[in-house]
Amino acid sequence: MTEHPGPDGIPPAGQAERDPPAGRRMAAGDADAPLTAPLPRNAGSWAAKVDRLTVADGGSRGSNVAGRRLTGPVQGFGKMWKKTYWIEVSPNISARTVIAEWKEHFGEFWPEGNRFKGPLTSLSPGDVALLDVSVGGGVRLSTGVFVLYADDESFTLMTPQGHMFAGWITFSAERADYADDPDASPHAATIAQAQLLMRSNDPLYELAMSLGGHRKEDQFWIRTMTALATYLGALPTTVHSRTVCIDRKRQWGNARHVWQNSMVRSMPHSIAAAFGRRRPSRK
Amino acid sequence: MDESATRMDIRKADGLTAVIDIRGDVTAASEAILMSAYEDATRQGARRLVLNFSGLEYMNSGGIGMLVTLLVRANRQNQPLAAFGLSHHYREIFELTRLDEAITIYDNEQSALAGTARQGGSS
Repeated sequence: MTEHPGPDGIPPAGQAERDPPAGRRMAAGDADAPLTAPLPRNAGSWAAKVDRLTVADGGSRGSNVAGRRLTGPVQGFGKMWKKTYWIEVSPNISARTVIAEWKEHFGEFWPEGNRFKGPLTSLSPGDVALLDVSVGGGVRLSTGVFVLYADDESFTLMTPQGHMFAGWITFSAERADYADDPDASPHAATIAQAQLLMRSNDPLYELAMSLGGHRKEDQFWIRTMTALATYLGALPTTVHSRTVCIDRKRQWGNARHVWQNSMVRSMPHSIAAAFGRRRPSRK
Repeated sequence: MDESATRMDIRKADGLTAVIDIRGDVTAASEAILMSAYEDATRQGARRLVLNFSGLEYMNSGGIGMLVTLLVRANRQNQPLAAFGLSHHYREIFELTRLDEAITIYDNEQSALAGTARQGGSS
């Protein structure tokens, strides 16, 4: 029996509640499965399995993440979208360098007013990061993300229950050669890309997305990609985007997720913060 | 990732079920091959689909995303989707990403065929 090691063969640090050792969870009926297959070459790039997220020193901000389950696009409520944003950076920068810098400075590329509290070093599989996202009208959404996958050329974040959307975002970089592309001038480039595969998590978020949320999200990622490219020394350039609706069906069976909505749960903090800012200081 | 690192072969297991044998790497770059295999299977009359991962060597998060897209297409056609042959490692990835809640995982081909037959599928 083989067990899944953490990144680089080391059990990941305890940011998330681990399952019992794999051997204890295997049912008798699993005997035919190829359990003894050698681990794939990227085994250490995947996070170890977790049932529920745990947060170290998250304070009140972590309350929307601690104890929550992860949610993929299968678990969401709204229409399923695939949104891709990409930008050219200097051809002299390798894809690996782009990803290394992106992982290390991830939150620094976010637009002003949004906060990402991740690990002090680089993002690694199994990490849980907290975030505050400005959703307009002075309301902040306190939520988090889980690092599902990270290798030298890509990394993927997955969202917990209560997050705006159920799904994952994959950040990647690759070399592109436009030598034979009739639609582009011949040149080589390194492309940085963010791709979301997501459904809004509940009917409230779905409504918010249709009332300008998609546009706001586009702006968020365009500004993020621009900041990344600028950091990497690119001249001002265009962020390209493509949005595809993968599934128009809403999953009404998941409408009850609204009870976990982190935006609603973040309201008291937003209101308290707003009053705190307006209260005159006592002399 | 080179598409040639992936190979997908279709075989009819019975009149209504197609097995897609997946070999090599499954990444976002494999999307065209997988979707083509799916379309061929559907064109040949498959009402139920079983993915055989026994030959899977490597899958990244892009590959998982591609399986979600396949799942949506199969759901649209009321085609149950199942899988077998996953190593312990990839079983855990299916559980972690909660893909196992939509793609039923079986221990072997026989149980996958029996399971999908019980699930039905449009005829």
